Amino acid sequence: MRYLPHTPEEIAAMLAAIGKSSLDNLFDPVPADCRMTGAWDLPAAKSEWELNDHLRHLAATMRVDEHTKVLVGAGSYRHHIPETVRSLASRSEFLTAYTPYQPEMAQGTLQGIFEYQTLTARLLGVDVVNASMYDGASALAEALLMGLRIAKKKKRVAVAKAIHPHYRAVVRAYLQPAGYEVVELDFLASGRTDLSGLANLDDIAAVAVQSPNFFGVIEDLEAAAATIHGAGMLFVTCFTEPLAYGLLKNPGSCGADIVCGEGQSFGIAPSFGGPGLGMFGCKEPFTRNLPGRLVGETKDLEGRRGYVLTLATREQHIRREKATSNICSNQGICAMTAGMYMASLGGTGIRQLARLNYDKTQYCKETLRNAGATMVFDGPVFNEFVVEFPTDFKPAYERLLAKNIVAGLELGALYPELAGRHLFCVTETIDKQTMDTIAAEVGA
Amino acid sequence: MKELEELHLPDDIRYTDEHEWARITGETVRIGVSDYAQDQLGDIVFVELPAIGDSFGKGDEFGTLESVKAVSELYMPMSGEVVAVNTALTDSPELINQEPYEAWIVEIKPADRSEYEQLFSAAAYLDLLKG
Repeated sequence: MRYLPHTPEEIAAMLAAIGKSSLDNLFDPVPADCRMTGAWDLPAAKSEWELNDHLRHLAATMRVDEHTKVLVGAGSYRHHIPETVRSLASRSEFLTAYTPYQPEMAQGTLQGIFEYQTLTARLLGVDVVNASMYDGASALAEALLMGLRIAKKKKRVAVAKAIHPHYRAVVRAYLQPAGYEVVELDFLASGRTDLSGLANLDDIAAVAVQSPNFFGVIEDLEAAAATIHGAGMLFVTCFTEPLAYGLLKNPGSCGADIVCGEGQSFGIAPSFGGPGLGMFGCKEPFTRNLPGRLVGETKDLEGRRGYVLTLATREQHIRREKATSNICSNQGICAMTAGMYMASLGGTGIRQLARLNYDKTQYCKETLRNAGATMVFDGPVFNEFVVEFPTDFKPAYERLLAKNIVAGLELGALYPELAGRHLFCVTETIDKQTMDTIAAEVGA
Repeated sequence: MKELEELHLPDDIRYTDEHEWARITGETVRIGVSDYAQDQLGDIVFVELPAIGDSFGKGDEFGTLESVKAVSELYMPMSGEVVAVNTALTDSPELINQEPYEAWIVEIKPADRSEYEQLFSAAAYLDLLKG
């Protein structure tokens, strides 16, 4: 395929065919204040050597190199990536493959995605998982739209304030212009979501709760399911750290109707915040309302096992404006990678790794407590927690940064009421020495 | 696909231009899709049914039919409240292909029985199909 720009002759021919005098004339319907009229504000072109230098300089300003210990999660998690995942996922057969429209040409990709779906469904305790969404945030927005579709005439959804603030922003961007209202549910002193006022809210199609939530606190999903279903609403759960379900009871068996979240933890480096993948699944009765691609297993005319995209009538190339979503793709290589990661660790490995994250986090909490810090919420946590220091933490934070340790995320920008408190994340990449160093600086 | 002359269009029921049929069954009215509709759709694999107790106006969308190649909406020939749905279609949606006039989809208590008289007779419906 050639990627050459159109020649002036071709542009003139196309304009003539549609009866436009010029490109400006073609773009006339776009409001003037949405159009760029000035010159491009771009620096002069650089040579390859200069450009490499420039990028090296930019990279050096970031604390994401292998020498730095980062105790920040907040939706993006550093985990060891097994070499099996790295070498398999970088195979060109997977890396360059595009969407598998032709099953006769794409059995490998389809089988890989089918295995991703199967492993994710087992992890989350749901009947059906799709081939992935763009990321955790858009998956949550799609889950709530799905809830509105199932509930038919209701116009509101409720989301926990303890859901990642970026996810809630994406939910508002998806729902509000479409005329839906998003109600937020506050959190209690435990850090868990307050569902006590739910029965007094009307017109709510679905309620979304994140667990572990943005503060790291594990929500009581079974109690939430009872309350939410009791109020005649659908129960949506989301997550930013799927590893937690190696240890915790999965959301499906707790009663969630739709389960979604970010899958970056599974074999994908945090990079600069992406790419990741939106994991998305539901209980069987809601399958026809599921957004996105779905790979199914079938048999060919000779009875041999094969894989093919299925239930495509939900999708917009067939269903047009009545489609369940306008998503036309999935995070192919990221979903494949997450599948490889889950297969590499296995059920036992995921459980052990989750336990290790939990234990290290408990150790970190304990050492900080001994150094005089207090836990802001008393609910149980997995690998993140919010902590308050007796004195201004900034000097200690700077000293730790000089020692290549990024000690948590200050919450003021995301939750003004929690200004000065820090969200810490402890994965298996954080060693005891690092945690002891932090405690020593806090106590100093 | 069938030629128009091959279509089975019973005389004792009425039709709509969206290819539903309505049959008076005592106090209620049963609703399904015509032979033409099932033939055009091909193998039907899923029927989305409304809930019992749902109320619809004439022309309202009340469900969907999904075949291997398309999805189409179902529209109410008459206004009324759903008193029964044909749950046999959940497991055997192909009944609509096999017996389109036995495989009713919903049964309603009509709000205005005179709406039945406004629907097409078999002959008028065939004229409509012939264009």
